[in-house]
Amino acid sequence: MLRKINDNKERLIHIGLFLIAMISVLTTAGIIYTLISESIPFFQNVSLKEFLTGTRWAPLFQPQSFGVLPLLNGTFLVAGIAALIAIPLGLGSAIYLSEYAPEKVRKTIKPILEILAGIPTIVYGYFALSFITPIIKFLFPQANIFNALSAGIVVGIMIIPMVSSLSEDAMLAVPQSLREGAYALGATKFEVAIKVVVPAAFSGITSAFILGISRAIGETMIVTIAAGATPKMTLNPLDSIQTMTAYIVQVSLGDTPHGSIEHQTVYAVGLTLFVITLLMNILAQIISRRFREVYGNAR
Amino acid sequence: MLLSIKDLSVSYGKNQALKNINLDIEPNTVTAIIGPSGCGKSTFLRSLNRLTELTPNTTTRGSINYKEHNIYEMDPMEVRYHIGMVFQKPNPFPKSIYENVAFGPKLNGYDNNLQEIVEESLKKADLWLEVKDRLKDNAYTLSGGQQQRLCIARSLAVKPDILLMDEPTSALDPLSTAKIEDLMTTLKEHYTIIIVTHNMQQAGRVADNVAFFLNGELIEYGSSEKIFTKPFDKRTEDYITGRFG
Ligand SMILES: Nc1ncnc2c1ncn2[C@@H]1O[C@H](COP(=O)(O)OP(=O)(O)OP(=O)(O)O)[C@@H](O)[C@H]1O
Ligand SMILES: [Mg+2]
Repeated sequence: MLRKINDNKERLIHIGLFLIAMISVLTTAGIIYTLISESIPFFQNVSLKEFLTGTRWAPLFQPQSFGVLPLLNGTFLVAGIAALIAIPLGLGSAIYLSEYAPEKVRKTIKPILEILAGIPTIVYGYFALSFITPIIKFLFPQANIFNALSAGIVVGIMIIPMVSSLSEDAMLAVPQSLREGAYALGATKFEVAIKVVVPAAFSGITSAFILGISRAIGETMIVTIAAGATPKMTLNPLDSIQTMTAYIVQVSLGDTPHGSIEHQTVYAVGLTLFVITLLMNILAQIISRRFREVYGNAR
Repeated sequence: MLLSIKDLSVSYGKNQALKNINLDIEPNTVTAIIGPSGCGKSTFLRSLNRLTELTPNTTTRGSINYKEHNIYEMDPMEVRYHIGMVFQKPNPFPKSIYENVAFGPKLNGYDNNLQEIVEESLKKADLWLEVKDRLKDNAYTLSGGQQQRLCIARSLAVKPDILLMDEPTSALDPLSTAKIEDLMTTLKEHYTIIIVTHNMQQAGRVADNVAFFLNGELIEYGSSEKIFTKPFDKRTEDYITGRFG
């Protein structure tokens, strides 16, 4: 007996699945639309030049000032500290997992790292404030209670699993034949890892770093809790600062009236944040696409 | 005797891949290892420079004496420094042609006359004329045959005594294959070569001695002439005449 194929049903399923796939595309488009349309009135009041080059950010106080640089400074200070923590530790752990760990150990550690990636960021935030900050205050009594260092360290810890896991994937993709080629020349395990595997996985590892940093830039809860609310041009990690994300939280939770210029700043800052992370993600994609083509016919 | 293999047995977990192999290799010869797929040829070759150790759960018994030293009592890095290997598929590093050849010498701390070593090695591998103007290019821009000669040059650059080659031409076209066969004959003056091959004609052309393996055992070992004209064992004869395997 022939199975009766219901063309209409197939078409409905097709359309249904298409709509589901479109939800995330439409959401993204909606977010971009909101960010841009709400930013336009802001930029009618404040010139783009003032916004991008001003060194004082004080929309909530008189006299008002709309230079976004202090927020960028705070964001990049925290992201920089996070990178200093996450890049060496993430790469080290990736090298261990991909090159050294016996199968059993790898199978135990990987899920643990993934759990670390699933901890809610608010938990990290309180970990920063109640554990890391006291240590910093003990070592550097002049440090502010809220400081970039504490937040940066914890954001770094938070992105280690991501940096490690993406770097490890890139290293596992390096053909075994390259490792054997190096061993056959008398290389030690460490030399194989550092001189062959890491360079061969270089673009994958670089894109892991960029994605990790991009994640650090977008991180909100930890910096809101631990880094302070003082927009400031500073490179001192012991200072209280404010990041773009923490500023958005501050205004969103406050009672600035909708439609006021104070409130519009949220969208301008949000748009800036969006553009920065978008550019970084595109960069990571370009780099990692190159890396897939590298090995030619080895394997 | 350059290499003297005594009662060598290798197992992957419970699977015994080599059973009590006894074999002596003379310096400046080409020895071909032949036998059907899965008989342990690669395992044998890889145990000669301790590459088998890279596979988890392998056990090795017996001894391999290289110039009177048991290689299993030496530092494995040192063993591989003297006993190099060329693999079935060309496996250059994703680096420049120059960096590929310089890789081994650099590991061993050479840095003043690197340029000379690179040039000399590429000449020995008969690749110099083709690449001398593009040493900075990535190795993957070379053809498969050129890549394999680059891998030979890379091995020669650490000045090994013995060169192990596991089906080095099976991924190459006839012309590249002929080049590498010619190369083996010239390299023999300064090196000892052990090659795994599935190609009887190739074994006949390049080898002084031939070892026939079957199911992890060494069935017969002798001069190439003897093995190919009047083999001692019926199974050897069957194999080389293509009646099985
Ligand atoms: N990494 C490994 N793990 C487990 N068993 C292995 C491994 N490598 C080889 N073996 C087994 O050891 C035996 C010999 O394999 P080997 O690769 O030495 O054969 P070969 O003669 O080189 O074959 P071919 O001509 O197909 O290359 C086979 O039974 C194979 O299944
Ligand atoms: Mg083999």
